[in-house]
Amino acid sequence: MKILVPIKRVIDPYAKVKPLEDGSALNLSSVKFEINPFDEIAVEEAVRQKEKNPDIQITVVSLGGPEVEDQLRKALAMGADEAIHIESTDKFDSNSVAKELMAVVKDLQPDVILMGKQTTDEDNNQTGQMLAAYLNIPQATFASKVDFEPGKATVTRETDTGEEILQMPMSCLITTDLRLNEPRFIPLPGIIKARSKPLHKRERTTSDQPRVEILEYKAPPARSAGKKVANVDELIAELQAKGVIS
Amino acid sequence: MSLLLIAFDSNDAVACASYGQATGKPFDILQITEAPVTDLGAAKVLSFGLPSFPPADFLCAALKPLSESYSQVAALSSMRAKDALPRLAGLLDWPMITDVVEIVDEATFVRPILAGSVLTKVRLNHPTCILTFRPAGFVAANRGGTSAVEQVKPAFAGATKRLSQSSRDGGRPDLAGAKVVVSGGRPLKDAETFERIIGGLADALGGAVGATRAAVDSGIAANELQVGQTGKIVAPDLYIAAGISGSTQHMAGIKDSKIIVAINTDGDAPIFEIADFGLVADLYDALPELTQKIKK
Repeated sequence: MKILVPIKRVIDPYAKVKPLEDGSALNLSSVKFEINPFDEIAVEEAVRQKEKNPDIQITVVSLGGPEVEDQLRKALAMGADEAIHIESTDKFDSNSVAKELMAVVKDLQPDVILMGKQTTDEDNNQTGQMLAAYLNIPQATFASKVDFEPGKATVTRETDTGEEILQMPMSCLITTDLRLNEPRFIPLPGIIKARSKPLHKRERTTSDQPRVEILEYKAPPARSAGKKVANVDELIAELQAKGVIS
Repeated sequence: MSLLLIAFDSNDAVACASYGQATGKPFDILQITEAPVTDLGAAKVLSFGLPSFPPADFLCAALKPLSESYSQVAALSSMRAKDALPRLAGLLDWPMITDVVEIVDEATFVRPILAGSVLTKVRLNHPTCILTFRPAGFVAANRGGTSAVEQVKPAFAGATKRLSQSSRDGGRPDLAGAKVVVSGGRPLKDAETFERIIGGLADALGGAVGATRAAVDSGIAANELQVGQTGKIVAPDLYIAAGISGSTQHMAGIKDSKIIVAINTDGDAPIFEIADFGLVADLYDALPELTQKIKK
Protein backbone atom coordinates (compact mmCIF):
# COMPACT_ATOMS: atom_id res chain seq x y z
CA MET A 1 0.00 0.00 0.00
CA LYS A 2 1.29 3.45 -0.90
CA ILE A 3 0.74 6.65 1.07
CA LEU A 4 1.62 10.05 -0.38
CA VAL A 5 2.15 12.90 2.09
CA PRO A 6 2.44 16.40 0.60
CA ILE A 7 4.19 18.79 3.00
CA LYS A 8 4.78 22.53 2.99
CA ARG A 9 7.61 24.58 4.45
CA VAL A 10 6.04 27.36 6.56
CA ILE A 11 7.08 30.19 8.86
CA ASP A 12 7.62 28.89 12.41
CA PRO A 13 4.03 28.93 13.75
CA TYR A 14 5.23 30.34 17.08
CA ALA A 15 7.13 33.26 15.52
CA LYS A 16 5.59 36.72 15.89
CA VAL A 17 5.53 37.91 12.30
CA LYS A 18 4.71 41.47 11.24
CA PRO A 19 4.25 43.09 7.84
CA LEU A 20 6.98 45.39 6.47
CA GLU A 21 6.30 49.13 6.88
CA ASP A 22 5.20 49.49 3.25
CA GLY A 23 2.89 46.46 3.44
CA SER A 24 4.53 44.80 0.44
CA ALA A 25 5.53 41.61 2.27
CA LEU A 26 6.04 40.03 5.67
CA ASN A 27 9.15 40.84 7.67
CA LEU A 28 10.85 37.45 7.68
CA SER A 29 14.27 38.46 8.98
CA SER A 30 15.47 35.94 11.58
CA VAL A 31 12.33 33.81 11.24
CA LYS A 32 12.78 30.03 11.29
CA PHE A 33 10.91 27.65 8.98
CA GLU A 34 9.31 24.33 9.84
CA ILE A 35 7.15 21.61 8.31
CA ASN A 36 3.57 22.89 8.47
CA PRO A 37 2.41 21.42 11.82
CA PHE A 38 -0.68 19.78 10.30
CA ASP A 39 1.50 18.18 7.59
CA GLU A 40 3.85 16.94 10.29
CA ILE A 41 0.86 15.22 11.90
CA ALA A 42 0.16 13.62 8.50
CA VAL A 43 3.74 12.33 8.24
CA GLU A 44 3.51 10.99 11.81
CA GLU A 45 0.23 9.23 11.02
CA ALA A 46 1.69 7.60 7.91
CA VAL A 47 4.69 6.40 9.93
CA ARG A 48 2.47 4.99 12.69
CA GLN A 49 0.41 3.15 10.08
CA LYS A 50 3.63 1.74 8.61
CA GLU A 51 4.69 0.55 12.06
CA LYS A 52 1.47 -1.50 12.15
CA ASN A 53 1.72 -2.60 8.52
CA PRO A 54 5.29 -2.82 7.15
CA ASP A 55 3.94 -3.18 3.58
CA ILE A 56 3.17 0.52 3.57
CA GLN A 57 5.47 2.70 1.44
CA ILE A 58 5.53 6.39 2.38
CA THR A 59 6.44 9.10 -0.12
CA VAL A 60 6.62 12.73 0.95
CA VAL A 61 6.48 15.50 -1.61
CA SER A 62 7.09 19.23 -1.41
CA LEU A 63 7.09 22.12 -3.81
CA GLY A 64 9.53 25.03 -3.70
CA GLY A 65 13.12 26.21 -3.93
CA PRO A 66 16.20 24.36 -2.62
CA GLU A 67 15.30 25.25 0.98
CA VAL A 68 12.37 22.79 1.15
CA GLU A 69 14.92 19.97 1.22
CA ASP A 70 15.29 20.65 4.98
CA GLN A 71 11.66 19.76 5.59
CA LEU A 72 11.78 16.74 3.26
CA ARG A 73 14.86 15.44 5.13
CA LYS A 74 13.06 15.84 8.42
CA ALA A 75 10.07 13.87 7.11
CA LEU A 76 12.48 11.13 5.95
CA ALA A 77 14.02 11.12 9.42
CA MET A 78 10.55 10.70 10.92
CA GLY A 79 10.18 7.49 8.90
CA ALA A 80 9.08 8.29 5.34
CA ASP A 81 10.70 6.01 2.73
CA GLU A 82 11.38 8.48 -0.04
CA ALA A 83 10.95 12.12 -0.89
CA ILE A 84 10.08 14.02 -4.05
CA HIS A 85 11.16 17.62 -4.45
CA ILE A 86 9.32 19.53 -7.17
CA GLU A 87 11.77 22.29 -7.84
CA SER A 88 10.17 25.65 -8.53
CA THR A 89 10.43 29.19 -7.28
CA ASP A 90 7.21 30.22 -9.07
CA LYS A 91 4.23 31.64 -7.19
CA PHE A 92 1.36 29.25 -6.59
CA ASP A 93 -2.20 29.40 -5.30
CA SER A 94 -4.05 26.39 -3.89
CA ASN A 95 -5.42 25.34 -7.30
CA SER A 96 -2.00 25.36 -8.95
CA VAL A 97 -0.42 23.46 -6.03
CA ALA A 98 -3.19 20.84 -6.26
CA LYS A 99 -2.62 20.49 -10.01
CA GLU A 100 1.11 20.07 -9.57
CA LEU A 101 0.49 17.42 -6.89
CA MET A 102 -1.96 15.73 -9.25
CA ALA A 103 0.89 15.08 -11.66
CA VAL A 104 2.83 13.31 -8.88
CA VAL A 105 -0.28 11.27 -7.98
CA LYS A 106 -0.67 10.14 -11.60
CA ASP A 107 2.91 8.84 -11.60
CA LEU A 108 2.94 7.31 -8.12
CA GLN A 109 -0.67 5.97 -7.93
CA PRO A 110 -0.94 6.17 -4.11
CA ASP A 111 -3.79 4.40 -2.29
CA VAL A 112 -4.07 7.22 0.22
CA ILE A 113 -3.07 10.87 0.19
CA LEU A 114 -2.60 12.15 3.73
CA MET A 115 -1.98 15.87 4.31
CA GLY A 116 -2.54 18.75 6.71
CA LYS A 117 -5.98 20.35 6.83
CA GLN A 118 -4.43 23.77 6.36
CA THR A 119 -1.10 25.53 6.49
CA THR A 120 -0.40 27.74 9.47
CA ASP A 121 0.96 30.53 7.27
CA GLU A 122 -1.88 31.22 4.84
CA ASP A 123 -4.62 29.38 6.78
CA ASN A 124 -6.47 28.59 3.53
CA ASN A 125 -7.69 25.05 4.08
CA GLN A 126 -8.13 24.39 0.35
CA THR A 127 -5.42 22.30 -1.28
CA GLY A 128 -6.43 18.85 -0.01
CA GLN A 129 -10.07 19.16 -1.02
CA MET A 130 -9.13 20.67 -4.39
CA LEU A 131 -6.74 17.79 -5.06
CA ALA A 132 -9.45 15.26 -4.14
CA ALA A 133 -11.81 17.02 -6.56
CA TYR A 134 -9.27 17.14 -9.41
CA LEU A 135 -8.63 13.40 -8.89
CA ASN A 136 -12.33 12.72 -8.41
CA ILE A 137 -11.67 10.64 -5.28
CA PRO A 138 -13.50 10.74 -1.91
CA GLN A 139 -12.19 12.88 0.94
CA ALA A 140 -12.31 12.97 4.72
CA THR A 141 -11.10 16.26 6.15
CA PHE A 142 -10.19 17.17 9.78
CA ALA A 143 -9.35 13.56 10.74
CA SER A 144 -8.93 12.70 14.41
CA LYS A 145 -8.61 8.90 13.89
CA VAL A 146 -7.64 6.86 10.83
CA ASP A 147 -7.89 3.09 10.23
CA PHE A 148 -6.88 1.27 7.07
CA GLU A 149 -8.18 -2.10 5.90
CA PRO A 150 -7.45 -3.60 2.48
CA GLY A 151 -9.04 -1.25 -0.05
CA LYS A 152 -10.79 1.03 2.40
CA ALA A 153 -10.19 3.75 4.97
CA THR A 154 -12.31 4.53 8.02
CA VAL A 155 -11.89 8.05 9.35
CA THR A 156 -13.27 9.76 12.44
CA ARG A 157 -13.48 13.43 11.57
CA GLU A 158 -14.27 16.58 13.53
CA THR A 159 -17.42 18.46 12.59
CA ASP A 160 -19.29 21.56 13.72
CA THR A 161 -21.41 19.43 16.00
CA GLY A 162 -18.90 16.89 17.31
CA GLU A 163 -17.64 14.10 15.12
CA GLU A 164 -18.63 11.63 12.44
CA ILE A 165 -17.19 8.42 11.06
CA LEU A 166 -16.76 8.08 7.30
CA GLN A 167 -15.74 5.04 5.32
CA MET A 168 -14.17 5.49 1.89
CA PRO A 169 -12.86 3.13 -0.77
CA MET A 170 -9.23 3.70 -1.79
CA SER A 171 -7.86 5.73 -3.37
CA CYS A 172 -8.93 8.54 -1.10
CA LEU A 173 -7.63 11.71 0.48
CA ILE A 174 -7.50 12.47 4.21
CA THR A 175 -6.62 15.80 5.84
CA THR A 176 -5.39 15.82 9.42
CA ASP A 177 -6.54 17.75 12.45
CA LEU A 178 -4.61 18.44 15.65
CA ARG A 179 -6.01 15.62 17.71
CA LEU A 180 -4.93 12.83 15.34
CA ASN A 181 -1.54 12.36 17.01
CA GLU A 182 1.47 14.09 18.49
CA PRO A 183 4.45 13.97 16.13
CA ARG A 184 7.63 12.36 17.44
CA PHE A 185 10.71 14.41 18.26
CA ILE A 186 13.57 13.90 15.83
CA PRO A 187 17.03 14.68 17.19
CA LEU A 188 19.53 16.24 14.77
CA PRO A 189 21.59 13.02 14.29
CA GLY A 190 18.40 11.33 13.08
CA ILE A 191 18.00 13.96 10.38
CA ILE A 192 21.62 13.53 9.29
CA LYS A 193 21.20 9.72 9.18
CA ALA A 194 18.19 10.12 6.91
CA ARG A 195 20.49 11.58 4.24
CA SER A 196 20.93 8.08 2.84
CA LYS A 197 17.22 7.84 1.96
CA PRO A 198 16.25 8.70 -1.63
CA LEU A 199 15.26 12.27 -2.44
CA HIS A 200 14.17 12.63 -6.07
CA LYS A 201 14.09 15.95 -7.85
CA ARG A 202 11.60 16.73 -10.55
CA GLU A 203 10.53 19.77 -12.49
CA ARG A 204 7.15 21.42 -12.63
CA THR A 205 4.87 19.69 -15.11
CA THR A 206 2.01 22.23 -15.08
CA SER A 207 2.03 25.89 -16.01
CA ASP A 208 -1.02 27.26 -14.15
CA GLN A 209 -0.57 30.79 -12.88
CA PRO A 210 -1.99 31.80 -9.49
CA ARG A 211 -5.41 33.44 -9.85
CA VAL A 212 -5.44 34.88 -6.34
CA GLU A 213 -2.75 37.41 -5.52
CA ILE A 214 -1.85 39.17 -2.26
CA LEU A 215 -1.70 42.94 -2.83
CA GLU A 216 -0.96 44.11 0.69
CA TYR A 217 -0.11 42.93 4.20
CA LYS A 218 -1.20 44.93 7.21
CA ALA A 219 -1.44 44.59 10.96
CA PRO A 220 -4.98 44.09 12.25
CA PRO A 221 -6.48 46.81 14.43
CA ALA A 222 -5.07 46.23 17.89
CA ARG A 223 -7.33 45.62 20.86
CA SER A 224 -6.13 47.50 23.85
CA ALA A 225 -6.42 46.53 27.47
CA GLY A 226 -9.56 47.93 29.01
CA LYS A 227 -10.43 48.47 32.58
CA LYS A 228 -10.02 46.33 35.67
CA VAL A 229 -13.16 46.11 37.77
CA ALA A 230 -13.06 45.44 41.51
CA ASN A 231 -15.92 43.01 41.88
CA VAL A 232 -18.87 41.27 40.22
CA ASP A 233 -21.28 44.17 40.88
CA GLU A 234 -19.01 46.63 39.07
CA LEU A 235 -18.68 44.18 36.18
CA ILE A 236 -22.46 43.86 35.88
CA ALA A 237 -22.85 47.66 35.92
CA GLU A 238 -20.25 48.06 33.13
CA LEU A 239 -21.87 45.36 30.99
CA GLN A 240 -25.31 46.90 31.48
CA ALA A 241 -23.94 50.31 30.48
CA LYS A 242 -22.59 48.73 27.27
CA GLY A 243 -25.98 47.14 26.66
CA VAL A 244 -24.64 43.60 26.35
CA ILE A 245 -26.63 42.33 29.35
CA SER A 246 -29.97 43.49 30.61
CA MET B 1 -21.52 39.54 -10.91
CA SER B 2 -24.06 36.90 -9.94
CA LEU B 3 -23.88 35.47 -6.44
CA LEU B 4 -25.08 32.17 -5.00
CA LEU B 5 -24.94 31.76 -1.22
CA ILE B 6 -24.85 28.22 0.12
CA ALA B 7 -26.60 27.81 3.48
CA PHE B 8 -26.46 24.47 5.26
CA ASP B 9 -29.46 25.35 7.48
CA SER B 10 -31.68 28.31 8.43
CA ASN B 11 -29.13 29.91 10.80
CA ASP B 12 -26.60 29.77 7.99
CA ALA B 13 -29.11 31.38 5.62
CA VAL B 14 -29.45 34.41 7.91
CA ALA B 15 -25.65 34.76 8.14
CA CYS B 16 -25.37 34.35 4.35
CA ALA B 17 -27.81 37.20 3.79
CA SER B 18 -25.58 39.58 5.77
CA TYR B 19 -22.79 38.88 3.25
CA GLY B 20 -25.19 38.98 0.30
CA GLN B 21 -26.63 42.33 1.37
CA ALA B 22 -23.10 43.73 1.93
CA THR B 23 -22.25 43.10 -1.75
CA GLY B 24 -25.04 45.51 -2.75
CA LYS B 25 -25.92 43.14 -5.61
CA PRO B 26 -28.79 40.69 -6.10
CA PHE B 27 -28.13 37.22 -4.69
CA ASP B 28 -29.73 33.78 -4.54
CA ILE B 29 -29.59 31.48 -1.53
CA LEU B 30 -29.45 27.70 -1.74
CA GLN B 31 -30.58 26.19 1.56
CA ILE B 32 -29.66 22.54 2.00
CA THR B 33 -31.60 21.50 5.13
CA GLU B 34 -34.64 22.80 7.08
CA ALA B 35 -37.52 24.93 5.78
CA PRO B 36 -36.20 27.73 3.55
CA VAL B 37 -35.90 31.20 5.11
CA THR B 38 -37.63 33.56 2.67
CA ASP B 39 -37.40 37.05 4.24
CA LEU B 40 -33.70 37.72 3.64
CA GLY B 41 -33.88 39.79 0.48
CA ALA B 42 -32.74 36.99 -1.84
CA ALA B 43 -33.82 37.23 -5.49
CA LYS B 44 -34.61 33.53 -5.26
CA VAL B 45 -34.31 30.82 -2.61
CA LEU B 46 -33.38 27.35 -3.85
CA SER B 47 -34.21 24.56 -1.42
CA PHE B 48 -32.94 20.98 -1.25
CA GLY B 49 -35.23 20.39 1.75
CA LEU B 50 -33.06 17.56 3.12
CA PRO B 51 -33.17 16.21 6.70
CA SER B 52 -29.33 16.34 6.85
CA PHE B 53 -26.51 17.10 4.45
CA PRO B 54 -24.47 14.27 2.90
CA PRO B 55 -20.65 13.81 2.83
CA ALA B 56 -18.67 16.26 0.70
CA ASP B 57 -18.31 14.09 -2.42
CA PHE B 58 -22.10 13.63 -2.68
CA LEU B 59 -22.88 17.22 -1.78
CA CYS B 60 -20.39 18.82 -4.18
CA ALA B 61 -21.57 16.64 -7.08
CA ALA B 62 -25.01 18.21 -6.58
CA LEU B 63 -23.67 21.75 -6.03
CA LYS B 64 -21.50 21.82 -9.15
CA PRO B 65 -24.19 22.09 -11.87
CA LEU B 66 -26.10 24.70 -9.81
CA SER B 67 -22.97 26.79 -9.24
CA GLU B 68 -21.97 26.94 -12.90
CA SER B 69 -24.50 29.65 -13.75
CA TYR B 70 -23.07 32.06 -11.12
CA SER B 71 -19.84 34.02 -11.02
CA GLN B 72 -19.38 33.80 -7.24
CA VAL B 73 -20.42 31.08 -4.78
CA ALA B 74 -20.03 31.89 -1.10
CA ALA B 75 -20.73 30.32 2.30
CA LEU B 76 -20.28 31.15 5.96
CA SER B 77 -16.92 29.85 7.27
CA SER B 78 -17.80 26.75 9.26
CA MET B 79 -16.24 23.31 9.36
CA ARG B 80 -18.86 21.93 6.98
CA ALA B 81 -18.27 24.77 4.50
CA LYS B 82 -14.51 24.40 4.87
CA ASP B 83 -14.92 20.72 4.05
CA ALA B 84 -17.14 21.12 1.00
CA LEU B 85 -16.45 24.50 -0.66
CA PRO B 86 -12.79 23.88 -1.61
CA ARG B 87 -13.88 20.59 -3.18
CA LEU B 88 -16.53 22.49 -5.13
CA ALA B 89 -13.80 24.95 -6.21
CA GLY B 90 -11.77 21.99 -7.47
CA LEU B 91 -14.70 20.46 -9.36
CA LEU B 92 -15.35 23.81 -11.04
CA ASP B 93 -11.64 24.63 -11.31
CA TRP B 94 -12.35 28.02 -9.76
CA PRO B 95 -10.00 29.91 -7.44
CA MET B 96 -11.04 30.27 -3.80
CA ILE B 97 -10.69 32.85 -1.03
CA THR B 98 -11.13 31.63 2.55
CA ASP B 99 -12.35 33.66 5.56
CA VAL B 100 -13.20 36.98 3.89
CA VAL B 101 -13.72 39.71 6.52
CA GLU B 102 -14.17 42.69 4.19
CA ILE B 103 -15.25 43.32 0.60
CA VAL B 104 -13.09 46.04 -0.99
CA ASP B 105 -14.57 45.73 -4.48
CA GLU B 106 -15.90 42.96 -6.72
CA ALA B 107 -12.48 41.35 -7.07
CA THR B 108 -10.66 42.54 -3.94
CA PHE B 109 -11.13 41.19 -0.43
CA VAL B 110 -9.50 41.33 3.00
CA ARG B 111 -8.71 38.11 4.86
CA PRO B 112 -6.56 37.17 7.87
CA ILE B 113 -3.49 34.92 7.72
CA LEU B 114 -1.08 33.60 10.38
CA ALA B 115 -3.83 32.97 12.93
CA GLY B 116 -5.20 36.48 12.48
CA SER B 117 -1.92 38.22 13.32
CA VAL B 118 -1.78 39.75 9.81
CA LEU B 119 -4.51 40.91 7.42
CA THR B 120 -4.01 40.58 3.68
CA LYS B 121 -5.71 42.36 0.84
CA VAL B 122 -6.13 39.83 -1.95
CA ARG B 123 -7.11 40.28 -5.57
CA LEU B 124 -8.86 37.77 -7.73
CA ASN B 125 -7.54 37.60 -11.31
CA HIS B 126 -10.37 35.46 -12.61
CA PRO B 127 -14.04 36.04 -13.49
CA THR B 128 -15.39 33.36 -11.10
CA CYS B 129 -14.59 32.33 -7.54
CA ILE B 130 -15.64 30.42 -4.45
CA LEU B 131 -15.31 32.11 -1.08
CA THR B 132 -16.09 31.71 2.59
CA PHE B 133 -16.68 34.68 4.88
CA ARG B 134 -16.54 35.31 8.61
CA PRO B 135 -19.66 36.81 10.16
CA ALA B 136 -17.74 39.41 12.18
CA GLY B 137 -17.01 41.43 9.05
CA PHE B 138 -20.64 41.98 8.14
CA VAL B 139 -23.64 43.62 9.81
CA ALA B 140 -26.76 41.59 10.56
CA ALA B 141 -29.07 41.15 7.57
CA ASN B 142 -32.21 43.20 7.16
CA ARG B 143 -35.29 40.99 7.24
CA GLY B 144 -38.45 41.58 5.23
CA GLY B 145 -40.33 40.71 2.05
CA THR B 146 -40.79 37.22 0.68
CA SER B 147 -38.48 35.57 -1.85
CA ALA B 148 -39.76 33.01 -4.32
CA VAL B 149 -38.79 29.45 -3.37
CA GLU B 150 -37.74 26.85 -5.89
CA GLN B 151 -37.49 23.22 -4.77
CA VAL B 152 -34.46 21.57 -6.33
CA LYS B 153 -33.88 17.84 -6.45
CA PRO B 154 -30.15 17.34 -5.81
CA ALA B 155 -28.29 14.96 -8.12
CA PHE B 156 -25.98 13.24 -5.64
CA ALA B 157 -23.11 10.94 -6.58
CA GLY B 158 -20.23 9.74 -4.45
CA ALA B 159 -18.40 6.88 -2.80
CA THR B 160 -18.24 7.85 0.89
CA LYS B 161 -20.34 6.06 3.50
CA ARG B 162 -21.22 7.87 6.73
CA LEU B 163 -21.20 5.24 9.48
CA SER B 164 -22.19 7.48 12.39
CA GLN B 165 -22.59 11.11 13.36
CA SER B 166 -22.84 12.88 16.71
CA SER B 167 -25.25 15.77 17.05
CA ARG B 168 -25.07 18.91 19.12
CA ASP B 169 -26.90 18.71 22.44
CA GLY B 170 -29.97 20.86 22.14
CA GLY B 171 -30.75 24.02 24.03
CA ARG B 172 -27.67 26.17 23.54
CA PRO B 173 -27.00 28.36 20.51
CA ASP B 174 -24.29 27.48 17.99
CA LEU B 175 -20.88 28.82 19.07
CA ALA B 176 -20.03 30.46 15.77
CA GLY B 177 -23.22 32.53 15.66
CA ALA B 178 -23.91 33.10 19.38
CA LYS B 179 -24.45 36.63 20.77
CA VAL B 180 -22.89 35.57 24.08
CA VAL B 181 -20.12 33.02 24.62
CA VAL B 182 -18.83 31.89 28.01
CA SER B 183 -15.55 29.95 27.82
CA GLY B 184 -13.56 28.09 30.40
CA GLY B 185 -9.99 26.84 30.62
CA ARG B 186 -7.91 24.21 32.34
CA PRO B 187 -8.53 25.45 35.93
CA LEU B 188 -12.03 23.93 35.82
CA LYS B 189 -11.21 20.63 37.44
CA ASP B 190 -13.50 18.19 35.64
CA ALA B 191 -16.28 17.92 33.08
CA GLU B 192 -19.03 18.14 35.69
CA THR B 193 -17.56 21.30 37.24
CA PHE B 194 -17.04 22.81 33.79
CA GLU B 195 -20.67 22.20 32.85
CA ARG B 196 -21.98 23.52 36.16
CA ILE B 197 -19.86 26.69 36.34
CA ILE B 198 -19.38 27.62 32.66
CA GLY B 199 -22.63 26.07 31.39
CA GLY B 200 -24.55 27.66 34.25
CA LEU B 201 -23.46 31.18 33.37
CA ALA B 202 -23.95 30.55 29.64
CA ASP B 203 -27.52 29.42 30.27
CA ALA B 204 -28.26 32.44 32.48
CA LEU B 205 -27.12 34.66 29.58
CA GLY B 206 -28.75 32.56 26.84
CA GLY B 207 -25.30 32.01 25.38
CA ALA B 208 -23.04 29.29 24.02
CA VAL B 209 -20.25 27.46 25.84
CA GLY B 210 -16.66 27.52 24.60
CA ALA B 211 -13.38 26.08 25.83
CA THR B 212 -9.63 26.37 25.40
CA ARG B 213 -7.60 23.70 23.66
CA ALA B 214 -6.10 22.75 27.04
CA ALA B 215 -9.56 22.19 28.49
CA VAL B 216 -10.56 20.08 25.48
CA ASP B 217 -7.34 18.06 25.49
CA SER B 218 -7.70 17.27 29.18
CA GLY B 219 -11.20 15.93 28.58
CA ILE B 220 -13.05 18.63 30.54
CA ALA B 221 -14.89 19.96 27.48
CA ALA B 222 -16.06 18.45 24.17
CA ASN B 223 -13.92 18.87 21.02
CA GLU B 224 -16.49 20.95 19.17
CA LEU B 225 -16.39 23.60 21.92
CA GLN B 226 -12.77 24.53 21.22
CA VAL B 227 -12.37 28.22 20.45
CA GLY B 228 -9.23 29.47 18.73
CA GLN B 229 -7.16 29.38 15.57
CA THR B 230 -7.59 25.64 15.12
CA GLY B 231 -11.07 25.48 16.63
CA LYS B 232 -14.02 27.82 16.16
CA ILE B 233 -13.63 31.50 15.42
CA VAL B 234 -16.27 33.39 17.43
CA ALA B 235 -17.49 36.97 17.26
CA PRO B 236 -20.20 37.45 19.89
CA ASP B 237 -21.35 40.73 21.42
CA LEU B 238 -20.07 39.45 24.76
CA TYR B 239 -17.23 36.97 25.33
CA ILE B 240 -16.52 35.91 28.90
CA ALA B 241 -13.18 34.11 29.41
CA ALA B 242 -13.03 32.38 32.77
CA GLY B 243 -9.82 30.81 33.97
CA ILE B 244 -8.20 31.42 30.56
CA SER B 245 -4.70 32.89 30.48
CA GLY B 246 -4.89 33.81 26.78
CA SER B 247 -2.64 31.82 24.43
CA THR B 248 -2.04 33.36 20.99
CA GLN B 249 -4.04 30.50 19.47
CA HIS B 250 -7.03 31.15 21.72
CA MET B 251 -6.96 34.93 21.31
CA ALA B 252 -6.89 34.52 17.51
CA GLY B 253 -10.34 32.99 17.80
CA ILE B 254 -11.95 35.67 19.97
CA LYS B 255 -10.59 39.05 18.99
CA ASP B 256 -13.53 39.95 16.76
CA SER B 257 -15.81 39.84 19.84
CA LYS B 258 -17.39 43.21 20.67
CA ILE B 259 -16.82 43.06 24.43
CA ILE B 260 -14.33 40.69 26.06
CA VAL B 261 -14.48 40.04 29.80
CA ALA B 262 -11.62 38.19 31.51
CA ILE B 263 -11.95 36.60 34.92
CA ASN B 264 -8.71 35.13 36.21
CA THR B 265 -6.78 34.85 39.47
CA ASP B 266 -3.54 35.88 37.72
CA GLY B 267 -3.72 39.64 37.14
CA ASP B 268 -0.75 39.43 34.74
CA ALA B 269 -2.36 36.88 32.40
CA PRO B 270 -2.12 37.96 28.71
CA ILE B 271 -5.91 37.78 28.34
CA PHE B 272 -6.17 41.04 30.33
CA GLU B 273 -4.22 42.81 27.55
CA ILE B 274 -7.15 42.42 25.15
CA ALA B 275 -10.06 42.33 27.60
CA ASP B 276 -12.41 45.32 27.79
CA PHE B 277 -13.20 44.44 31.40
CA GLY B 278 -10.97 42.42 33.67
CA LEU B 279 -11.80 40.97 37.04
CA VAL B 280 -8.96 39.48 39.06
CA ALA B 281 -10.85 36.87 41.03
CA ASP B 282 -11.26 33.17 41.58
CA LEU B 283 -13.73 31.89 39.00
CA TYR B 284 -15.23 29.52 41.56
CA ASP B 285 -16.42 32.59 43.50
CA ALA B 286 -17.02 35.09 40.71
CA LEU B 287 -18.93 32.94 38.21
CA PRO B 288 -21.59 31.55 40.56
CA GLU B 289 -22.11 35.10 41.94
CA LEU B 290 -22.38 36.52 38.42
CA THR B 291 -24.77 33.73 37.37
CA GLN B 292 -26.98 34.30 40.38
CA LYS B 293 -27.11 38.10 39.99
CA ILE B 294 -27.88 37.86 36.26
CA LYS B 295 -30.72 35.42 36.90
CA LYS B 296 -32.41 37.94 39.22
